[in-house]
Amino acid sequence: MSDGTIDLEIFNELKDATGADFAAELVATFLDEAPVMIADLKAAITSADAEGYRRAAHSIKSNANTFGATALADQAREVELGDLPKDGDTTAADAVEALFDTAAAALRGLIDA
Amino acid sequence: MPDTPGHLLIVDDNKVNRLLLSRNVELLGHKASVAENGRIAMEMLQTQPFDLLLLDIEMPEMDGFEVLEAIKATPHLRDLPVIVTSSVEGIDNIVRCIELGAEDYLPKPVNKTLLRARVSSGLEKKRLRDEQKRLLERFATSEVAQDLQESGFAIGGKRTNATVLFCDIRGFTTLSEHLAPEATIELLNTFYTLMFEAVTSNGGIVSLMLGDGLMALFGVPQPLDNTAECAVSAAHEMQNMIAMLNEERLAAEQDGFRIGIGIGTGEVVAGYAGTNNRATYTCIGSTVNLAARLEAETKNTGNGILVDQATLDLLQTPEVKKAFPKTRIKGLHTPVDIHAL
Repeated sequence: MSDGTIDLEIFNELKDATGADFAAELVATFLDEAPVMIADLKAAITSADAEGYRRAAHSIKSNANTFGATALADQAREVELGDLPKDGDTTAADAVEALFDTAAAALRGLIDA
Repeated sequence: MPDTPGHLLIVDDNKVNRLLLSRNVELLGHKASVAENGRIAMEMLQTQPFDLLLLDIEMPEMDGFEVLEAIKATPHLRDLPVIVTSSVEGIDNIVRCIELGAEDYLPKPVNKTLLRARVSSGLEKKRLRDEQKRLLERFATSEVAQDLQESGFAIGGKRTNATVLFCDIRGFTTLSEHLAPEATIELLNTFYTLMFEAVTSNGGIVSLMLGDGLMALFGVPQPLDNTAECAVSAAHEMQNMIAMLNEERLAAEQDGFRIGIGIGTGEVVAGYAGTNNRATYTCIGSTVNLAARLEAETKNTGNGILVDQATLDLLQTPEVKKAFPKTRIKGLHTPVDIHAL
């Protein structure tokens, strides 16, 4: 897995520091939790909840950085620092979701390996 | 692990972060507990002791800034070191954490080596603060130590109402002439142990030890409901304890002794006097002077406890043995009404 989705240096450091089993458990937790955070992000657009929108993006960014999911983290950070989209525009949130799907596939590959 | 294991509380609303931080803390040899938001963390801090807090900022219900403020406002938590672990954007937020009393700031994802260093220094700070607190309580009373912790140290006093008690061993010089120096010290130690117990168990503090006597304060630095009642109750306990001690001494064929107690109630100026390097918690004013004079007056009247009118007025069920109206007392301009209890 070296397509740049996951920064392997960061991921391997996590694995070495905490143990392979723990890292796998942590990835599984992230894969469970992230869809909820993305749902929160989209719900915040619908309900025009700027604070909720920012906080959901913040959490995704924070976790993505933990696993070296750099592209996802960058997009989430952009959302965190940007304004709440007008008229229910989910373009930025959709980009987060797409990048999460790619990162999730890559992470699954890394823990099965 | 070079560190003494500590118990850390990890506060983070994100499950991945909680798991990862707990794992890292446990790998460093410490115990980790977790809280999902600030409100839960504050509840846990009220019920069990922790050595260090790892605190996230962005949280629902009660965020990290609010936790820092709540900790600062709680005297027994004020010394708890807090390390903020967050990926909040903006230097302003980091500055705000430090201003609110956070010890340190670690950006997420947390670097393991940095975490080890910061946790280790945080625990060391906690250990030193605990040690300092213990020392402070040894050399000051716990009430003064608490006052110092809550209000900080500042030379100067404030006006307040209090009851002042002076107590002294009658004829101590004569008594000590018949005793070896070691026996005299032992007698004084027993005397002080008993007197301290009587004062503190009634909510007072011993502010001065004066050779063979002491000065105790009721109502400062911590307020009491009825300062006079507390002081008089302490005085009766003192007399009872001395009576018991005398029985023991007489049984061991040693000389007994008596104590005189003077009590006055009114306005005092209480605070720290001295220099910034060496100061003591003390109390001054005419009430202090009056109590000291009443204690001396017990030699003339032959009573064990003498109180002023203000003290008597505050007692629910006073048992006055004898009243001395308009008594001239050495050092006081006008005659005063005093009462033997």
